[in-house]
Amino acid sequence: MVDKTLELFDCGHRACGGCGAALVARLVTKAAGPDTIVVSSTGCMEVFSTPYPETAWKVPWIHSLFENASAVASGIEVALKKQGRKEKVVVMGGDGATFDIGMICISGAFERGHDITYICYDNEAYMNTGIQRSGATPYDASTTTSPSGKCSFGNKRPKKDMPQILAAHGAPYVATASIAYPADLMKKVEKAINTKGPCYVQVHAPCCTGWGFEGEQTIAVGKLAIETGLWVNYEMVDGKVVKAKKVVRKPVEEYLKIQKRFRHLFKPTRQGAEIAAIQAIADKNAEKYAIDIKLKKE
Amino acid sequence: MMEITEGSHAVADAVRLCRPQVISAYPITPQTHIVEALADMVANCQLDAEYMTVENELSALSACIGASAAGSRTYSATTSQGLALMFEVCFNAAGMRLPIVMSIANRALGAPLSIWNDQQDSISLRDAGWLQFYAEDNQEATDLHYLAYRVAEDHSVLLPAFVCFDGFILSHTYEPINMLSQEDVDRFLPKFSPYERLDAADPISFGMYATPDYYHEFRYEMDRALKESKAIIYKRGKEFGQMFGRDYSAMVEGYRLEDADTAIVAMGSICGTTKDAIDEMRDEGKKVGLLKIRVFRPFPTEEVAKALSHVHRIAVLDKNISLGAKGAVALEVKDALYGSGIPVKGYIIGLGGRDVRKKDIKAIVALVEKGQGDMFYGLRREVL
Repeated sequence: MVDKTLELFDCGHRACGGCGAALVARLVTKAAGPDTIVVSSTGCMEVFSTPYPETAWKVPWIHSLFENASAVASGIEVALKKQGRKEKVVVMGGDGATFDIGMICISGAFERGHDITYICYDNEAYMNTGIQRSGATPYDASTTTSPSGKCSFGNKRPKKDMPQILAAHGAPYVATASIAYPADLMKKVEKAINTKGPCYVQVHAPCCTGWGFEGEQTIAVGKLAIETGLWVNYEMVDGKVVKAKKVVRKPVEEYLKIQKRFRHLFKPTRQGAEIAAIQAIADKNAEKYAIDIKLKKE
Repeated sequence: MMEITEGSHAVADAVRLCRPQVISAYPITPQTHIVEALADMVANCQLDAEYMTVENELSALSACIGASAAGSRTYSATTSQGLALMFEVCFNAAGMRLPIVMSIANRALGAPLSIWNDQQDSISLRDAGWLQFYAEDNQEATDLHYLAYRVAEDHSVLLPAFVCFDGFILSHTYEPINMLSQEDVDRFLPKFSPYERLDAADPISFGMYATPDYYHEFRYEMDRALKESKAIIYKRGKEFGQMFGRDYSAMVEGYRLEDADTAIVAMGSICGTTKDAIDEMRDEGKKVGLLKIRVFRPFPTEEVAKALSHVHRIAVLDKNISLGAKGAVALEVKDALYGSGIPVKGYIIGLGGRDVRKKDIKAIVALVEKGQGDMFYGLRREVL
């Protein structure tokens, strides 16, 4: 068992107040413990945690490039094995590094079956470069490269189903989690680390700056994503969903209306059809993962 | 022991003797024979290494970065498009001061696609912070791998190294090669001792980002280490010579240069042809000599200037072209000779695998004697 009282991601880093990704770094290192080597891709987490000559990491940490963290991690894993060492290798990449630019490297590493755990902190856009759309950006979110405007409601495509893609590689353990449920997140990270082979945990990490909400609302926003069914926390073992967090679902509007990235759906006029389309995404999620708690009729 | 071996197999054998723990490579012509041979050695327990079959060259070198940072000796090999795909990883490996050694079976870059030899690939990475060794023949190609590891891993250097040898011309040619024994190589090349490594017992951060307050100095330190590696190359090259009779202390090597009026400067396998052409021209009474460049990075500016100080004219052969400017070697030689008053002319030759024959070398000597140069040599008439 790992001592969860240890703080291995230290204070003093440069993340925004209320940063979801910083919580991911803290909770993941807590769950992983000190015998862990962390590989970061280029991105917010890398930049806010390691301005030379300072570092927030109290575990060995390496950053090479934007797209190659899984390849670097696979090299580390092989070297450790060759040297007879037992440290665990954990990758931390944002959604851009995971869904888009790092896709080939991740696919290669998972196909080769390295014993690594890949954590994607998913804040649903390229935040480090100024909130541009990624393959993880949700439908209708306004970003700086998918802006809403007179003839656009923002991002035109739903999120890429990355967990499913990695499960299809034969990953023995794939899970989704949220910073709003830290105990569940840490449990899943621990499980991934203790499962032999390449495992993937995708963590919903709300970004107050990029999504447009106050920093003290991060956890509330994360919870609403779960409660509306727009984010589902589930676990897949050997490609099969074995568990999903059930909720009494709220309408998606409650999640959308508190974020500036969806403001164009409400102002100047309410866009009923678009909100209905997003509600349909949540409904589909609910059906696919069977998350609805059925209340008895009074 | 003398063996008649294909260049690629000899290089693979030299790599085996260097005892890399992690090999990570992606197949590309004409590098394939090297990595196939290494994979075969691993499969037959002749080499105690992990052979990583990565999905492309970018990952090949990235995996080496991880393995090297974790404290293992690493190896890769590539060429041409593969090296181009590694572009940003090359800069990164050097910036992180990881002494990875990579063989480059030199090949042209597309478009148009060409699998044949020139040196555009490694030359285009000249600013990446890697040491660059160029072999004239396969004996040198094998020996330079031992030297490359020895120098790269020196704690005062800590930079990665290319060992370049001409694709097909050397990589696929059988030559008699004097292979060292494992005991020999172990005497010359000690076990890899990383300066720092990823280690849970002593956590450090690798690859942090630097603000304008620090970045400038990181680049300065890399440049200084590369320049100071000249002394390490000299020391270890000398030591190699004392141990095995082949001295690699000099970064440049003269051939019939002492009394030459006309000097040819060249790099790689073309030096062999040039030497034969020089012998024939000498028989005709022409005072021609060769200066072979074995190390292109760090560039031996002072050594080149000194070796050529007495000649009347210089012809530089470049199997590369900095399009819109000149050949990379010619630019360096012009820089080295600046102020000497000795005319330096560059000739772009043999791009994309076009044969360079003795008569071409002689024709270039005739051109430089007439003061004609800084040109593509041997162009087809229809483009003129």
